[in-house]
Amino acid sequence: MTISFIILAILVLAGAALAMSLRNLVHCALCLVLSFTGLAGLFLQLQAQFVGFAQILVYGGAVSILVVFAILLTRSGDTQESAEINRDWVIGCWIAAIVFSTLAMALLSSAFFKEPQAVPGQADARAMGHELMTRYVLPLEAVALLLTAALIGAALIAMPELRKPQGHAPDKEVA
Amino acid sequence: MTPLPYYLVLSSLLFIIGLAGAITRRNAIIVLIGIELMLNAANLNFIAFWRHGVSGQGNAGLMFALFSIAIAAAEVAVGLALIIAIYRHRKTLDLNRVNSLKG
Repeated sequence: MTISFIILAILVLAGAALAMSLRNLVHCALCLVLSFTGLAGLFLQLQAQFVGFAQILVYGGAVSILVVFAILLTRSGDTQESAEINRDWVIGCWIAAIVFSTLAMALLSSAFFKEPQAVPGQADARAMGHELMTRYVLPLEAVALLLTAALIGAALIAMPELRKPQGHAPDKEVA
Repeated sequence: MTPLPYYLVLSSLLFIIGLAGAITRRNAIIVLIGIELMLNAANLNFIAFWRHGVSGQGNAGLMFALFSIAIAAAEVAVGLALIIAIYRHRKTLDLNRVNSLKG
Protein backbone atom coordinates (compact mmCIF):
# COMPACT_ATOMS: atom_id res chain seq x y z
CA MET A 1 0.00 0.00 0.00
CA THR A 2 1.56 3.25 -1.10
CA ILE A 3 1.18 6.80 0.21
CA SER A 4 -0.51 7.94 -2.99
CA PHE A 5 -3.13 5.22 -2.66
CA ILE A 6 -3.92 6.30 0.91
CA ILE A 7 -4.22 9.95 -0.08
CA LEU A 8 -6.43 9.16 -3.07
CA ALA A 9 -8.59 6.77 -1.04
CA ILE A 10 -9.15 9.41 1.64
CA LEU A 11 -9.99 11.95 -1.06
CA VAL A 12 -12.51 9.63 -2.70
CA LEU A 13 -14.19 8.49 0.49
CA ALA A 14 -14.31 11.93 2.12
CA GLY A 15 -15.67 13.50 -1.05
CA ALA A 16 -18.34 10.83 -1.37
CA ALA A 17 -19.34 11.00 2.29
CA LEU A 18 -19.58 14.79 2.21
CA ALA A 19 -21.55 14.70 -1.05
CA MET A 20 -24.04 12.37 0.58
CA SER A 21 -24.34 14.24 3.88
CA LEU A 22 -24.08 17.98 3.29
CA ARG A 23 -27.25 20.04 3.37
CA ASN A 24 -26.42 22.58 0.70
CA LEU A 25 -26.73 20.89 -2.68
CA VAL A 26 -24.16 23.08 -4.40
CA HIS A 27 -21.60 21.97 -1.82
CA CYS A 28 -22.67 18.40 -2.51
CA ALA A 29 -21.90 18.84 -6.20
CA LEU A 30 -18.45 20.29 -5.42
CA CYS A 31 -17.60 17.37 -3.13
CA LEU A 32 -18.78 15.04 -5.87
CA VAL A 33 -16.22 16.55 -8.25
CA LEU A 34 -13.55 15.94 -5.59
CA SER A 35 -14.55 12.30 -5.29
CA PHE A 36 -14.66 11.71 -9.05
CA THR A 37 -11.27 13.33 -9.54
CA GLY A 38 -9.78 11.15 -6.81
CA LEU A 39 -11.19 8.12 -8.58
CA ALA A 40 -9.56 9.29 -11.81
CA GLY A 41 -6.28 9.45 -9.89
CA LEU A 42 -6.80 5.88 -8.76
CA PHE A 43 -7.43 4.81 -12.35
CA LEU A 44 -4.20 6.51 -13.41
CA GLN A 45 -2.38 4.78 -10.59
CA LEU A 46 -3.71 1.48 -11.95
CA GLN A 47 -2.10 2.27 -15.33
CA ALA A 48 -5.45 2.81 -17.02
CA GLN A 49 -4.54 6.16 -18.55
CA PHE A 50 -7.28 6.41 -21.12
CA VAL A 51 -10.06 5.52 -18.71
CA GLY A 52 -8.60 7.87 -16.10
CA PHE A 53 -8.68 10.85 -18.43
CA ALA A 54 -12.10 9.82 -19.72
CA GLN A 55 -13.23 9.79 -16.09
CA ILE A 56 -11.96 13.35 -15.59
CA LEU A 57 -13.61 14.52 -18.81
CA VAL A 58 -16.95 12.76 -18.40
CA TYR A 59 -17.48 12.77 -14.64
CA GLY A 60 -15.34 15.68 -13.47
CA GLY A 61 -16.54 17.80 -16.36
CA ALA A 62 -19.79 16.86 -18.01
CA VAL A 63 -21.70 15.03 -15.29
CA SER A 64 -20.88 17.56 -12.57
CA ILE A 65 -21.84 20.45 -14.80
CA LEU A 66 -25.14 18.71 -15.55
CA VAL A 67 -25.74 18.17 -11.83
CA VAL A 68 -24.98 21.81 -11.04
CA PHE A 69 -27.31 22.90 -13.84
CA ALA A 70 -30.08 20.70 -12.48
CA ILE A 71 -29.56 22.01 -8.95
CA LEU A 72 -29.70 25.61 -10.08
CA LEU A 73 -32.61 25.09 -12.49
CA THR A 74 -34.72 23.46 -9.80
CA ARG A 75 -33.63 25.94 -7.12
CA SER A 76 -32.70 23.10 -4.83
CA GLY A 77 -29.77 25.18 -3.61
CA ASP A 78 -32.12 27.55 -1.79
CA THR A 79 -34.15 25.05 0.13
CA GLN A 80 -32.41 23.11 2.86
CA GLU A 81 -33.48 19.69 3.98
CA SER A 82 -34.28 19.31 7.63
CA ALA A 83 -31.16 18.41 9.54
CA GLU A 84 -32.45 16.16 12.26
CA ILE A 85 -31.49 12.50 12.27
CA ASN A 86 -34.74 10.65 11.73
CA ARG A 87 -35.69 7.02 11.36
CA ASP A 88 -34.78 6.92 7.66
CA TRP A 89 -31.16 7.65 8.50
CA VAL A 90 -30.94 4.84 11.01
CA ILE A 91 -32.52 2.34 8.63
CA GLY A 92 -30.33 3.47 5.75
CA CYS A 93 -27.16 3.15 7.79
CA TRP A 94 -28.22 -0.31 8.95
CA ILE A 95 -28.81 -1.47 5.39
CA ALA A 96 -25.46 -0.04 4.34
CA ALA A 97 -23.70 -1.81 7.21
CA ILE A 98 -25.35 -5.12 6.32
CA VAL A 99 -24.36 -4.77 2.66
CA PHE A 100 -20.81 -3.91 3.64
CA SER A 101 -20.48 -6.85 5.98
CA THR A 102 -21.75 -9.15 3.23
CA LEU A 103 -19.23 -7.76 0.76
CA ALA A 104 -16.42 -7.99 3.31
CA MET A 105 -17.28 -11.59 4.10
CA ALA A 106 -17.26 -12.50 0.42
CA LEU A 107 -13.95 -10.69 0.06
CA LEU A 108 -12.30 -12.39 3.01
CA SER A 109 -13.36 -15.83 1.87
CA SER A 110 -12.16 -15.29 -1.70
CA ALA A 111 -8.80 -16.38 -3.05
CA PHE A 112 -7.51 -12.88 -3.79
CA PHE A 113 -6.13 -12.46 -0.31
CA LYS A 114 -4.01 -15.56 -0.48
CA GLU A 115 -2.38 -15.75 -3.86
CA PRO A 116 -1.35 -12.65 -5.81
CA GLN A 117 -2.06 -12.94 -9.49
CA ALA A 118 0.80 -13.11 -11.91
CA VAL A 119 0.05 -11.24 -15.13
CA PRO A 120 -0.73 -7.55 -14.73
CA GLY A 121 -2.78 -6.00 -17.50
CA GLN A 122 -1.18 -3.43 -19.74
CA ALA A 123 -2.85 -1.26 -22.34
CA ASP A 124 -2.01 2.12 -23.80
CA ALA A 125 -4.43 4.25 -25.74
CA ARG A 126 -3.22 2.86 -29.05
CA ALA A 127 -3.92 -0.75 -28.06
CA MET A 128 -7.31 0.24 -26.68
CA GLY A 129 -8.24 2.08 -29.87
CA HIS A 130 -7.20 -0.90 -31.92
CA GLU A 131 -9.32 -3.22 -29.83
CA LEU A 132 -12.29 -0.85 -29.95
CA MET A 133 -12.11 -0.89 -33.74
CA THR A 134 -11.74 -4.65 -34.08
CA ARG A 135 -13.03 -6.83 -31.29
CA TYR A 136 -15.42 -4.38 -29.61
CA VAL A 137 -16.69 -2.56 -32.67
CA LEU A 138 -20.27 -3.78 -32.27
CA PRO A 139 -20.60 -2.65 -28.62
CA LEU A 140 -19.02 0.65 -29.61
CA GLU A 141 -21.65 1.23 -32.27
CA ALA A 142 -24.39 0.19 -29.88
CA VAL A 143 -23.13 2.69 -27.29
CA ALA A 144 -23.01 5.40 -29.95
CA LEU A 145 -26.62 4.69 -30.88
CA LEU A 146 -27.63 4.62 -27.22
CA LEU A 147 -25.94 7.95 -26.50
CA THR A 148 -27.61 9.61 -29.47
CA ALA A 149 -31.03 8.27 -28.52
CA ALA A 150 -30.56 9.16 -24.85
CA LEU A 151 -29.48 12.72 -25.55
CA ILE A 152 -32.34 13.34 -27.99
CA GLY A 153 -34.72 11.82 -25.46
CA ALA A 154 -33.31 13.94 -22.65
CA ALA A 155 -33.74 17.10 -24.69
CA LEU A 156 -37.31 16.12 -25.54
CA ILE A 157 -38.19 15.35 -21.91
CA ALA A 158 -36.67 18.53 -20.56
CA MET A 159 -38.33 20.74 -23.19
CA PRO A 160 -41.34 22.74 -22.05
CA GLU A 161 -44.56 21.02 -23.01
CA LEU A 162 -45.87 22.12 -26.36
CA ARG A 163 -49.36 23.46 -26.64
CA LYS A 164 -51.85 21.13 -28.19
CA PRO A 165 -53.23 22.30 -31.52
CA GLN A 166 -56.58 24.06 -31.35
CA GLY A 167 -59.79 22.17 -32.14
CA HIS A 168 -58.24 18.81 -31.56
CA ALA A 169 -60.26 17.74 -28.52
CA PRO A 170 -63.90 17.39 -29.60
CA ASP A 171 -64.69 14.74 -26.98
CA LYS A 172 -65.44 17.28 -24.28
CA GLU A 173 -67.91 19.18 -26.41
CA VAL A 174 -69.79 16.02 -27.26
CA ALA A 175 -69.97 15.03 -23.64
CA MET B 1 1.77 -2.05 -6.72
CA THR B 2 -1.02 -1.83 -4.17
CA PRO B 3 -2.56 -5.28 -3.63
CA LEU B 4 -5.98 -6.01 -5.06
CA PRO B 5 -7.91 -6.38 -1.75
CA TYR B 6 -7.28 -2.75 -0.81
CA TYR B 7 -9.00 -1.64 -3.99
CA LEU B 8 -11.88 -4.02 -3.35
CA VAL B 9 -12.35 -2.70 0.19
CA LEU B 10 -12.19 0.88 -1.05
CA SER B 11 -14.76 0.25 -3.76
CA SER B 12 -17.12 -1.53 -1.38
CA LEU B 13 -16.86 1.43 1.02
CA LEU B 14 -17.64 3.79 -1.86
CA PHE B 15 -20.55 1.57 -2.85
CA ILE B 16 -22.13 1.60 0.59
CA ILE B 17 -21.68 5.38 0.91
CA GLY B 18 -23.62 5.76 -2.32
CA LEU B 19 -26.18 3.21 -1.20
CA ALA B 20 -26.76 4.90 2.15
CA GLY B 21 -27.16 8.25 0.43
CA ALA B 22 -29.56 6.86 -2.18
CA ILE B 23 -31.68 5.31 0.56
CA THR B 24 -31.75 8.10 3.12
CA ARG B 25 -31.70 11.37 1.20
CA ARG B 26 -34.96 12.84 0.02
CA ASN B 27 -33.82 15.10 -2.79
CA ALA B 28 -34.00 13.38 -6.18
CA ILE B 29 -30.73 14.91 -7.40
CA ILE B 30 -28.81 13.57 -4.41
CA VAL B 31 -30.31 10.13 -4.95
CA LEU B 32 -29.06 10.24 -8.54
CA ILE B 33 -25.60 11.24 -7.28
CA GLY B 34 -25.63 8.28 -4.93
CA ILE B 35 -26.38 5.95 -7.84
CA GLU B 36 -23.48 7.51 -9.72
CA LEU B 37 -21.17 6.79 -6.79
CA MET B 38 -22.25 3.15 -6.81
CA LEU B 39 -21.55 2.91 -10.55
CA ASN B 40 -18.13 4.40 -10.00
CA ALA B 41 -17.37 1.84 -7.31
CA ALA B 42 -18.14 -0.89 -9.83
CA ASN B 43 -15.86 0.80 -12.36
CA LEU B 44 -13.03 0.83 -9.83
CA ASN B 45 -13.53 -2.89 -9.34
CA PHE B 46 -13.38 -3.55 -13.07
CA ILE B 47 -10.13 -1.66 -13.48
CA ALA B 48 -8.53 -3.14 -10.37
CA PHE B 49 -9.35 -6.66 -11.54
CA TRP B 50 -8.04 -5.86 -15.00
CA ARG B 51 -4.79 -4.43 -13.67
CA HIS B 52 -4.16 -7.39 -11.41
CA GLY B 53 -4.71 -9.82 -14.24
CA VAL B 54 -7.55 -11.74 -12.66
CA SER B 55 -9.67 -11.71 -15.79
CA GLY B 56 -7.04 -13.49 -17.83
CA GLN B 57 -5.65 -12.12 -21.06
CA GLY B 58 -7.12 -9.20 -22.91
CA ASN B 59 -8.53 -5.85 -21.88
CA ALA B 60 -12.11 -6.82 -21.17
CA GLY B 61 -12.16 -5.08 -17.77
CA LEU B 62 -10.88 -1.84 -19.23
CA MET B 63 -13.42 -1.94 -22.05
CA PHE B 64 -16.21 -2.67 -19.63
CA ALA B 65 -15.27 0.34 -17.52
CA LEU B 66 -15.13 2.53 -20.61
CA PHE B 67 -18.58 1.44 -21.82
CA SER B 68 -19.91 1.80 -18.30
CA ILE B 69 -18.72 5.42 -18.19
CA ALA B 70 -20.42 6.14 -21.52
CA ILE B 71 -23.70 4.58 -20.42
CA ALA B 72 -23.57 6.37 -17.07
CA ALA B 73 -23.25 9.66 -18.92
CA ALA B 74 -26.39 8.86 -20.92
CA GLU B 75 -28.16 7.82 -17.74
CA VAL B 76 -27.31 11.06 -15.96
CA ALA B 77 -28.55 13.11 -18.91
CA VAL B 78 -31.89 11.31 -19.02
CA GLY B 79 -32.22 11.26 -15.23
CA LEU B 80 -31.63 14.97 -14.82
CA ALA B 81 -34.01 15.73 -17.67
CA LEU B 82 -36.66 13.67 -15.89
CA ILE B 83 -35.90 15.50 -12.64
CA ILE B 84 -36.31 18.87 -14.34
CA ALA B 85 -39.60 17.72 -15.90
CA ILE B 86 -40.85 16.52 -12.52
CA TYR B 87 -39.87 19.79 -10.90
CA ARG B 88 -41.67 21.76 -13.59
CA HIS B 89 -44.77 19.68 -13.01
CA ARG B 90 -44.84 19.50 -9.22
CA LYS B 91 -42.59 22.31 -7.99
CA THR B 92 -40.81 19.97 -5.62
CA LEU B 93 -38.09 17.34 -5.69
CA ASP B 94 -38.85 15.80 -2.31
CA LEU B 95 -39.20 12.11 -3.08
CA ASN B 96 -41.59 11.63 -0.19
CA ARG B 97 -44.03 13.90 -1.93
CA VAL B 98 -43.43 12.71 -5.49
CA ASN B 99 -45.15 9.40 -4.92
CA SER B 100 -47.70 8.98 -7.68
CA LEU B 101 -47.27 8.47 -11.39
CA LYS B 102 -50.46 10.33 -12.27
CA GLY B 103 -49.64 13.99 -12.60
